[in-house]
Amino acid sequence: MTKVVEGKNIVRDYHVGGGLFRGARTVHAVKGVSFGVEKGKTLAIVGESGCGKSTLARIITLIDPATSGELFIDGNKVDIARDGLSKEMRRKVQIVFQNPYGSLNPRQKIGDVLGEPLLINTDKPAEERRDLAMKMLKKVGLGPEHYNRYPHMFSGGQRQRIAIARALMLNPSLLVLDEPVSALDLSVQAQVLNLLADLQDEFQLTYVFISHDLSVVRYIADDVMVMYFGEAVEYGPRDEVFSDPKHAYTKTLFAATPRADVTSIKARLAKKKAA
Amino acid sequence: MALLDIQNLVVEFQTASGPFRAVDGVSLHVDEREVLAIVGESGSGKSVSMLAVMGLLPWTATVTADKMSFNGRDLLKMGPAERRKIVGKDMSMIFQEPMASLNPCFTVGFQIEEVLRFHMGMDKAQRRERAIELLKQVGIPEPAERLSSFPHQMSGGQCQRVMIAIAIACNPKLLIADEPTTALDVTIQKQILDLLVSLQAKYGMGLIMITHNMGVVAETADRVIVQYKGRKMEEADVLSLFESPKSNYTRALLSALPENAVGDRLPTVSDMLFEPAPQGASA
Repeated sequence: MTKVVEGKNIVRDYHVGGGLFRGARTVHAVKGVSFGVEKGKTLAIVGESGCGKSTLARIITLIDPATSGELFIDGNKVDIARDGLSKEMRRKVQIVFQNPYGSLNPRQKIGDVLGEPLLINTDKPAEERRDLAMKMLKKVGLGPEHYNRYPHMFSGGQRQRIAIARALMLNPSLLVLDEPVSALDLSVQAQVLNLLADLQDEFQLTYVFISHDLSVVRYIADDVMVMYFGEAVEYGPRDEVFSDPKHAYTKTLFAATPRADVTSIKARLAKKKAA
Repeated sequence: MALLDIQNLVVEFQTASGPFRAVDGVSLHVDEREVLAIVGESGSGKSVSMLAVMGLLPWTATVTADKMSFNGRDLLKMGPAERRKIVGKDMSMIFQEPMASLNPCFTVGFQIEEVLRFHMGMDKAQRRERAIELLKQVGIPEPAERLSSFPHQMSGGQCQRVMIAIAIACNPKLLIADEPTTALDVTIQKQILDLLVSLQAKYGMGLIMITHNMGVVAETADRVIVQYKGRKMEEADVLSLFESPKSNYTRALLSALPENAVGDRLPTVSDMLFEPAPQGASA
C-alpha cells in the first residue's frame, strides 16, 4: 500500500543567534526521525514539551523545511527549501492547531474563515466557495446559521470544529492534528474525537496526531511514535508499544499516566491505609 | 467538626443581561486530613465556589450562604481585614497557571518571604532559612541559589513547586489546589500530585483538589463532589463513585474517558444525559 507521508532521517536544527553576552549556538530540535503513514491510518506522536514533536509537525505540514533528510508526500519528494511550496502541495496537507481560541481570526466571520483557503489556493467563484463552506459546516456538526457569526460567539469545542472544517476545505489527503483536544473538556473531547473518526471513515483521511495524553492516543492511533529529546525512542503498532514498551522513557510515561479504573483506586487506598 | 463547612452557597455575577448564577446551592464540607476532589467541566462553578471561600471574587459577585465556617469561625460575618489574616496562612490556594500566578518582577525568594513576613512576623534571617527549607521540601535542587532566581528562569513544573512552597509556608490547615497540573506534562503532573499528597499526609492538611481530569481524581481523592452548571450532581467516596456512579452526569463523564471506550466511537455526555437512568439510580 502506498504511504501518504513518509519521512527518512529528518533533521531540524535551529540556529539561535548570539547576543551581547552569549555566543551563537545550534539547537537540534529533531535528530534524524523516520516514519511512514498509510492511507486512512493514524500515526500518533507522543512526548513531553520540548521533545520536538511540534517541530516535526511543522516539517510535515510544509511550514518549515527540514535541515536534512527526505520527506515524501503521496510518493513525491518535497523540498520546500529548494522548490518552494506549490498550491497543489498545500492542498494535500493541512493542520489543526492546539488552541482553538488563538487559531481563528477574531475579526473574520466563520464563512470567511472557511472560504479563505479556497480563495487563496483555487480560482472558484464566490458562489461556489459559499456553497462548499455551508456543506462543510454541516459535515462538522454546525449549521448554516453559524455562517455569519464571529469566533467569539462559539465555545471551545465548536471552535475546534471550525478549525477542523477549515483544514478540510481543500480536500486534503493528510491532516496534521497538533494536540487538537488538549484544551477541551472531557465531554467535548469525546465529541471532537468522534468527529475526527467519522471524517476519517468518510474521506479516507490520513492523520498525524500529536498529543501528550496517552489515553487519547491509545483510543485513536494505529501506530505510535514516542519522542524524547528530538529522537524517536519508540516506534511501532499501537498494541505493541502499549503492551511491551522497550525504552525507559516510554515506561516512565506509562507509569506517570493517571489511571481511572477501580482496581488501581483500590490499590492506592490500600497502600494509603497501610502507610 | 468539619474544617470547612459550607451550606447552600450561591454566587451570582451582575452582568449586562441581568444576574448570572454561577454557583447554585452547593453544600460541602472538608475534614482535617482529608482529600476532597471537586470535578466538573469549565463553567460548572467549581473554581468560583472556592474563590468565594477565599474571598477573592471581584465586586460584581454576590456571595450568599446559609453557613460558611472555617475552623470554627464564621467567614460570612468576618471583615476583609480579619479575613486577610486567615487567607494565605490557615487557608491557602494554588492556581492553575504557575507562570502567570507568580509575579515576574520579583525573585522567587522575595515572593516566598513575603508571606512569612506578613503572617509570621519573622526577621530576615529566619525568613531566609525557612524559605530554603520550603524549597527543599518541594524538591527544588540547590534551594539557596534558587532564592534569587526569577520565575522566567524556571520551568513550568518548578514554578508550580514554588507556588506550593508559598502555599504551605505558614503550615495551613486547608490547601485548595485549583487545577494544579492542567498546564503540565504527564510526567511532571505525576511528580506534582505525589508531592501534594505527601505534603498533605505529612502535615495533616485538608486538601481540596479542583480538576476536570478523572485520572487526577482517581489518583488523589478520598471523597469526590461532581458539579455541573453550578449544581452539585453527586457526592461519594472515590471508590463508589468510580464503581457505581449514581447520577447520569457522572456516568456520562466516566464513559467519555477514552480508556473506557467500547467499540470505535465514544459516548458523549449529551447522549447520556437525556437517557432514562437505570433502576435504583437518581438523576
